Amino acid sequence: MSVELDVFVGNTTIMDKEVYQLWLNGYTVNDAVKVRIEGGVMEECEASAEVLLSDTMDQYRTFQMCERLLHHPAKLANQLLFQIPPDRQAMLIERYYAFDDSFVREVLGKKLSKGTKKDLDDVSTKTGITLKSCRRQFDNFKRVFKVVEELKGPLVENIRQHFLLPDQLARDYAAIVFFANNRFETGKKKLHYLTFQDFAFCAGQLINNWTLGAVDNIMEDMDVDLDKEFLQELKDLKILITDKDLLDQHKSLVCTALRGKTNVFNEMEANFKNLSRGLVNIAAKLINAKDVRDFFIDLVEKFIEPFSLCLLYMGVIKSCILRMYHD
Amino acid sequence: MPGKLKAKIVAGRHLPVMDRASDLTDAFVEVKFGNTTFKTDVYPKSLNPQWNSEWFKFEVDDEDLQDEPLQITVLDHDTYSANDAIGKVYIDIDPLLCSEAATVISGWLPIYDTIHGIRGEINVLVKVDLFNDLNRFRQSSCGVKFFCTTSIPRCYRAIMVHGFVEELVVNEDPEYQWIDRIRTPRASNEARQRLIFLMSGELQRKIGLKVLEMGGNAVVGYLQCFDLEGESGLVVRAIGTACTLEKISSTLPATATHPSNSSPSKDMKEPGFGEEAPGVPLSSGPPTPLRAQTFSSFSPSKSYSRQSSSSDTELSLTPKTVGIFLFPSTPALESESSPLPSAHLPHHLWPGMASRSTTPPPLRLSQSDTAILRKSVSFSEELLLAASGMGSGGSAGKEGGPLKALLRQQTQSALEQREYPFFTLAAFPPGFLLHVGGVVSARSVKLLDRIHNPDEPETRDAWWEEIRQEIKSHAKALGCHAVVGYSESTSICEEVCILSASGTAAILSSRFMQDGPLDTEHRLSRQPLCVFSTGSERVEGDMGSSASLGFEEVVSPGCGFCHIPYDELNIPFPAQLTYCYCCRRYKVPDVLFTTIDLPTEANVTGKGCLIQARLCRTKKKAQGEGNATVISNLLPFLEYELHTQLMNKLKLRGMNALFGLRIQISVGETMLLGLASATGVYLTALPSPGGIQIAGKTPSDITYEQHISNMQKKINDTIAKNKELYEINPPEVVEEIIGSPIPEPRQRSRLFRSQSESSDEVSELDLSHGKKDAFVLEIDDTDAVEDIHALLTDSPTPAGFYSCNTEIMPGIQNWTSAIQMFTSVRVFRLNANLTNQGLNKIFSDLCENLLKSLYFKLRSMVPCCLCHLNFTVAIPEDELIQVAVTAVAMSFDKEQLLENGKQSGEKTLIKAITENDEQLQFNLELNAETSAPNPLSSPKGLSEVGSHLSARASSMEKASPLPEGRSRSLRSNRSYSGSSVAVVKMTPLSFIPGAKIIKYLGIINMFFIRETTSLREEGGVSGFLHTFIAEVFAMVRAHVAALGGNAVVSYSMKECVFMENPNKNQAQCLINVSGDAVMFVRESELESTSVQTQSATTHTSNGAEGT
Repeated sequence: MSVELDVFVGNTTIMDKEVYQLWLNGYTVNDAVKVRIEGGVMEECEASAEVLLSDTMDQYRTFQMCERLLHHPAKLANQLLFQIPPDRQAMLIERYYAFDDSFVREVLGKKLSKGTKKDLDDVSTKTGITLKSCRRQFDNFKRVFKVVEELKGPLVENIRQHFLLPDQLARDYAAIVFFANNRFETGKKKLHYLTFQDFAFCAGQLINNWTLGAVDNIMEDMDVDLDKEFLQELKDLKILITDKDLLDQHKSLVCTALRGKTNVFNEMEANFKNLSRGLVNIAAKLINAKDVRDFFIDLVEKFIEPFSLCLLYMGVIKSCILRMYHD
Repeated sequence: MPGKLKAKIVAGRHLPVMDRASDLTDAFVEVKFGNTTFKTDVYPKSLNPQWNSEWFKFEVDDEDLQDEPLQITVLDHDTYSANDAIGKVYIDIDPLLCSEAATVISGWLPIYDTIHGIRGEINVLVKVDLFNDLNRFRQSSCGVKFFCTTSIPRCYRAIMVHGFVEELVVNEDPEYQWIDRIRTPRASNEARQRLIFLMSGELQRKIGLKVLEMGGNAVVGYLQCFDLEGESGLVVRAIGTACTLEKISSTLPATATHPSNSSPSKDMKEPGFGEEAPGVPLSSGPPTPLRAQTFSSFSPSKSYSRQSSSSDTELSLTPKTVGIFLFPSTPALESESSPLPSAHLPHHLWPGMASRSTTPPPLRLSQSDTAILRKSVSFSEELLLAASGMGSGGSAGKEGGPLKALLRQQTQSALEQREYPFFTLAAFPPGFLLHVGGVVSARSVKLLDRIHNPDEPETRDAWWEEIRQEIKSHAKALGCHAVVGYSESTSICEEVCILSASGTAAILSSRFMQDGPLDTEHRLSRQPLCVFSTGSERVEGDMGSSASLGFEEVVSPGCGFCHIPYDELNIPFPAQLTYCYCCRRYKVPDVLFTTIDLPTEANVTGKGCLIQARLCRTKKKAQGEGNATVISNLLPFLEYELHTQLMNKLKLRGMNALFGLRIQISVGETMLLGLASATGVYLTALPSPGGIQIAGKTPSDITYEQHISNMQKKINDTIAKNKELYEINPPEVVEEIIGSPIPEPRQRSRLFRSQSESSDEVSELDLSHGKKDAFVLEIDDTDAVEDIHALLTDSPTPAGFYSCNTEIMPGIQNWTSAIQMFTSVRVFRLNANLTNQGLNKIFSDLCENLLKSLYFKLRSMVPCCLCHLNFTVAIPEDELIQVAVTAVAMSFDKEQLLENGKQSGEKTLIKAITENDEQLQFNLELNAETSAPNPLSSPKGLSEVGSHLSARASSMEKASPLPEGRSRSLRSNRSYSGSSVAVVKMTPLSFIPGAKIIKYLGIINMFFIRETTSLREEGGVSGFLHTFIAEVFAMVRAHVAALGGNAVVSYSMKECVFMENPNKNQAQCLINVSGDAVMFVRESELESTSVQTQSATTHTSNGAEGT
């Protein structure tokens, strides 16, 4: 004795936000029912577990049917199969393309390939995010990547238009695409302390300033790739450390600009030469793809670490000296 | 050659990839109508082809235009092999043939394939140029409007209701032809779809012809059904009510407001008929123009009392007062509880059951020859009125003053002349329905055999004729001359077929009826007369209802329909009569069952609710005649039990009447299913129902007694709770006031679970439940215990929910614009070897759980009412039970609800007014238009709009996300309608809350087959059916949008046949849906645009009349 078939179809497609989230999170139907029972929806609506199960299965089925449309969000608006109010459509898309920061940190800068996808179960174990959800997020990255890879014009705008994402989410995806395309290394232990948002900010800066689109501001150009010419020219920066005059001039300019704007100004000024050398060396090497990948790690190793080391050193010395100095 | 059909293929989108190599498609389109085919160019390598074809023109007969669909096939061009079909679109061009409906079909339509479902969309433009040959035009039935709606469509006015039309066509089912063995499932499905399209086109055309013959121009309550008889063929049959409708336009108001001035010369004649007929003696005198005079001169009693037998009595012969004018359209439906089954039980044991293909004559619900006789007398009175009112066409009128006897004959036959005085309408213009007698139904079990000559489907016709005769005679037995809310259905299992028909016996006012065809002139002359909603006396008189009014007495419209139409002394079945609790003048039954919607003017106390009786009975497997006999033997018991259950559940809810009763009996190999659904209400006019008393048959030990008293307590508690829940608190005072005049009815009625009559014990019981009569349930066996348990297990609807299977819920008017139509289907697999009780419980739980799921699903719409809950049960194969539900959830505004509750005393009055408002709406608008451009100038309009506004506002404020989202979506959708898909609302009701239907665009009648050979891959049976239903919705919406509409009203899923073979990974499903495509305008928008719209509508309708 069993229910063999059980469907509910509304003229306006009914979708429960809570169940949608559970589905996105990769819960099985039974787990989702458990969560819902714990959430107290049963008491609220005088429902039984049976009813909840039926509803959950039905919603899951609806989401699965919608999923193929969500892969091309623009289709969702002019498909005829489901009548979904526009605000609901926006919600569906936004949540479908939302991702976990902890997940994205794991794959940021990695090649969005089958190989990476195979390793998702490790990521799942590590982050505690269900494999299903990991796959969805990964597939989203890959899909967005594939679509905008070949497109001309501003990256963020392309993503927003093709995937109908809200601005912030589109920016985040731009960062992910940008990182994946340039294969920036973000997984090294030394970079672990950085959050996705840190990287996303950097990506935004790079996209805005270092890509072809940014330099020429011509629509046909692409935002995904760094401007090779620009990178080439970066080599010339070496002069900033080889030429003494230029180095001094550079120093004075930077110092003037930063004076009073940072509380580590003194340390910066004291170590300017070292810091500058670090940066210029990084910049000069960026023409090599391998060094591009190591951009962030280099920044940390060659600049931030020495500088913070120096800061740490200076800080201790300073306090010691102050103590020892009896006027 | 009266028509030129033109089609243009614009573009395609979202096409499937047909060429794996390129991931693209080389699509082209074939456009076929009849035997002519056109092709577009191939649009290479695109999933979004832009064909932009020329106009393909088909010059065709109007007959073909009506029968054939336009068939559009999208194909993938393949240089080396055969072109692959992507899918098809069938376009019914019927809406284009009626000048009042759509003028063009234009839009994105889903491309459908029976194996793959929807595969992209195609943008087409279709137009029809009809040649202005009026005569030719009328040869075919082009231009006859069809409506699924079972009431007079909202923007029309009924000039005449001509009566019943029916037709059926049969054919071989392609699925069972020999060729099916060698063709692909796709070819077979397509052959079937196409055939059914053709057959329904033909059916519609034939019905249209009948309508034209009768002088009508429309079919209302059009109900088309398919009988898939398997080997023996495919039957498409339809019934409907022929009417002459007139679009409400601004030209009319003039006549409506000043009827007497503007009446054309023809009108002047009409009153003459009206008078002549009723008061024959007076006929020598010239037609009296004065209405008052007519009334007075016409003493009802004389001519009548003579003819009616003396016992014929109180009914309506008492003289009337002038109050008539206040209620010109008193509907006085007399009603009676549907005959108690006990009355007809004996009749089931018919001899001759074994007769060859026909099993016994259908069951009689009630039978009493004497009653029939008597009735025919009172019946004739009504007829007399009818005839007189109608002036019955040319002949009667011209004859001048015929002899009384002659006249009487004529009148008597007025309705009788119609072969079947049946009406598929379930709601009526005010004043049409006078009395309701009760439910009449007939069933017959038939053995199917091959239809030898499809052109002469005589056997099927004969079967239905038999049943209809039966219904007619039942109605007569109830003293009624007509059957309203009439419907027919079948259930087929192998070669056994159960044919069922049911309706509500009623007495109708003659105002809208007329016999025989009318010549055009005559019809024209009538048009101005028929403004049913205004109380203009002239109209009344002309239509002859003055007479009926005379007889019908001054009765509040809220209770008149409850008054019994039959003779009290010869009740055809046991019933208790009391004086009407409203007017105190006429007798009413204690319980009233009907198949119609609750009349809008009815006085109702509290709210209503859905009441269902569910029953499952095992049956021996048998073949052929034996099987038919077994089924025929079981049917009466099934019906009796269903009736008992209904009655008990009704009492349990403290209610006394059922509306929208629909009993469905489904037959399978090893069981019979019965499902009766209705909406229970408390009619103020009827006596308060007694409680339910449990009686132990074998008072033995104390525990048993205790058990019984426990149960009794539970029942009493439930009744009390229900009364509170449904706000049933009728004024108790009533009883004292009447006191003596009420003849003591039998103080208690007994309901025996089984037929065993043992009255002695009962007398000892204390049956009083409060002051009321009690209903006794005797516990004489385990069955009874089960029954009582079942009675109590029906869980109440959760807070905030109401449910009904009728159009409207009494006591709720303040609907918001949030509506959600849905279809839910469940199939349940049973274990073998279940007892009847076990089966019953499972079936009942299945329905209950389904309802619970619905409430849960729709919880965000609270407070809301599930309206028009339509359950269909089927036994797709052994051990499977399928239940399908289609309904609409409508939110309402709680604040106002409470208010209304407080004013419950005046509620009905208010309601009547609002309803009238609705009917009068055009008047208001007209006034507005003539006097001031702003419709708000009328205070009524103001308040109405105001309430809608506030309703909307509060719905926006509501925390529940769903309705809010929806209303927002509507607006935003409109704002950027360019890119996204237009919202199309769907509802099984005939109206859309908070909106005004401004145009009917034509009937939607679609049949789809879907098949899969990869069931698992498509998500199993649920995934498969879920997708299919969603696809059907999508196609309906797309076709409506292409017609220029934004909603489907009176939507129904008439067929959902699901077959599966999980072992082979296959499933097949057939779905038939229908409804009326309409264009509506929100009332809030109407404020600003009303003038424009109104004038636009006027133009179109004028144009329509011109043709």
